[in-house]
Amino acid sequence: MGAALAVPLIRFALHPLVATTTKIGWSDVGKLDEFTSLTAPVKKVIQVEQRDAWRKIISDKPVYVMPPKDGVVRVLSPICPHLGCSIPWNEEKQEFICPCHAAVFDKNGALVSGPSPRAMDDLETKVENGVVQVRYQYFRQLIPQKEPLS
Amino acid sequence: MPEAPEKQLPRKRGRFFEWLDRRTGIDSLLHEALDEPIPGGARWAYVFGSVLLFLFISQTITGVFLALYYVPSAISAHTTVAYIVKEVTGGSFLRSLHAYGSSAVVIVVFLHLMQTYMYGAYKGRRELLWISGCFLLGLMLAMAFTGYLLPWDQKAYFATTVGTNMASDIPFVGTWMKRFMRGGDEMGTLTISRFFVAHVFVLPGILIAFIAGHVYLFRKAGAAGPPSEDPVTPKLPTERFYPKQVVMDTIVALLMILILGSIAHFWPMELGPKANPADTQYVPRPEWYYLPIFQWLKYWRGPYAIIGIIVIPTITAALLVLVPFIDRRLERRPWRRPIAVGVFLLILAGFVGMGVMSIRDDQRDPSIAKQVAKQHQATEEFMREPFEPLGAASALSAPVVTVLDPVAAAGKKVFEAESCDACHGEGGSGGAAMKLTGQVAAMPAEELSKLLKQPNAQMSEGGMQPIAVSDEELKALVAYIKSLK
Repeated sequence: MGAALAVPLIRFALHPLVATTTKIGWSDVGKLDEFTSLTAPVKKVIQVEQRDAWRKIISDKPVYVMPPKDGVVRVLSPICPHLGCSIPWNEEKQEFICPCHAAVFDKNGALVSGPSPRAMDDLETKVENGVVQVRYQYFRQLIPQKEPLS
Repeated sequence: MPEAPEKQLPRKRGRFFEWLDRRTGIDSLLHEALDEPIPGGARWAYVFGSVLLFLFISQTITGVFLALYYVPSAISAHTTVAYIVKEVTGGSFLRSLHAYGSSAVVIVVFLHLMQTYMYGAYKGRRELLWISGCFLLGLMLAMAFTGYLLPWDQKAYFATTVGTNMASDIPFVGTWMKRFMRGGDEMGTLTISRFFVAHVFVLPGILIAFIAGHVYLFRKAGAAGPPSEDPVTPKLPTERFYPKQVVMDTIVALLMILILGSIAHFWPMELGPKANPADTQYVPRPEWYYLPIFQWLKYWRGPYAIIGIIVIPTITAALLVLVPFIDRRLERRPWRRPIAVGVFLLILAGFVGMGVMSIRDDQRDPSIAKQVAKQHQATEEFMREPFEPLGAASALSAPVVTVLDPVAAAGKKVFEAESCDACHGEGGSGGAAMKLTGQVAAMPAEELSKLLKQPNAQMSEGGMQPIAVSDEELKALVAYIKSLK
């Protein structure tokens, strides 16, 4: 009897883990021209339309646009691959320094020192009609390889 | 004065009491509760258990009252806490009592554990009593962790992001556990619901069961008495729990009320600005009792992270739980148990050392110290602002957009493209930097546009960069800021 009741209860509680989430689409970062002459990473706030359980939200997500190499713009996630703190760009030291457990990344997002298991994560980007677009994603923390979460 | 075990003293009983006793058996219940024999007599060292029970009751009562106004969702959590703090009569005091009460619980739990350990009071058929106590410690820490998120302010959001991410490192089930706690991949409205349900229903239910079990096991084993006492067959003359120990427990509980009440009154717990996940400058720090663990995490890099995050804490917790099985001698005097006491003091010193290093690291790093000071200032500013009900600019930006004129609407685009909202919040409602509604929006357009092009010293200090946009865009931006309500 108790076990029979446990099944629907557990399924109810686990719903968010099995529910199909809406696929996050592309968000505009800005015009490509804006970024061609960048010499240091610049923070941009993109807007991502998504579902947060019972509500539809347009959430602001910060990303870093990196100085382009050979005309290709890279966009990095600011989420630290260690334990998920947001990493600020330190203009003075020309490094990304995580304010939590002091992981340091260079101006290309490569790991310099600290407890992070990998470099900062690149986000998928494309250019459409001269506008840089990015697909915002979260990646699994604490593992050496980049693995996207659903 | 300790006295020899004796038969129950005759009580003076009124007619009502006799009537009640025949129906409830209250006389024997009171006898059971109050006449417990304490070998060696009452002592101040034995007050911690009762004080914890008192604090638990206080947390329950203040928590129930806070729930009269609190609504657990990403839309309403922060606003309802702000309402409690800024509007509701006595709200700030009550919330402070509850928030500081959690720190008091952690302190007294630790003192209780230390007293029990040093007195060797886990010996002599008290293994289950000790283990139930360890579970209670874990439950109390879980209560503190789940309660910390509920205000949904900046520090709550970011500290819980890190806290839940730590679960990812548990082999096989880590990612699943993190998602279970958060109600998905991201921190969102389901995270608040889940933490609220855990904090208000699940954990207190388990806590009550464990407290009942702990008290039962304590009474079954009997009070251990001083360290010189035999833990299995006490030999010292006993004294009853009532009146002397009851009076001592009550005095310390009253002292606790006085201390908590004074702190809550003179230094009320502050509420920071609403959580802004887009803020990359925020320096998250956990509550003081989690600082040692926070510092500890800095040292475990790459593939070794699992050792620091999971293996060592699990071994330490297992050692703590299994203490009565490891230290099996009946010797209780601390000076005759150098290894047991030495290991305890070493771990304690490690904890204190880590906590101190965490604070010192932050003070020594000028960029962190500056940012922490900025966050403190943002919290103070938020506390000074009058309460802003839901539906105003800070809560929903959509209605504001619909009434914008075309120039201001163009300005909103500039506002977002320049990432002004990352610091000043959505709709200029404030965040890491000052809010733009109210006084700023009321400034003359000319002055505003001058400040945007050339921020003053205070603005620059706060990290504001000059806005490099065309004159037309600047005009639009100023129009947008002036439209903010």
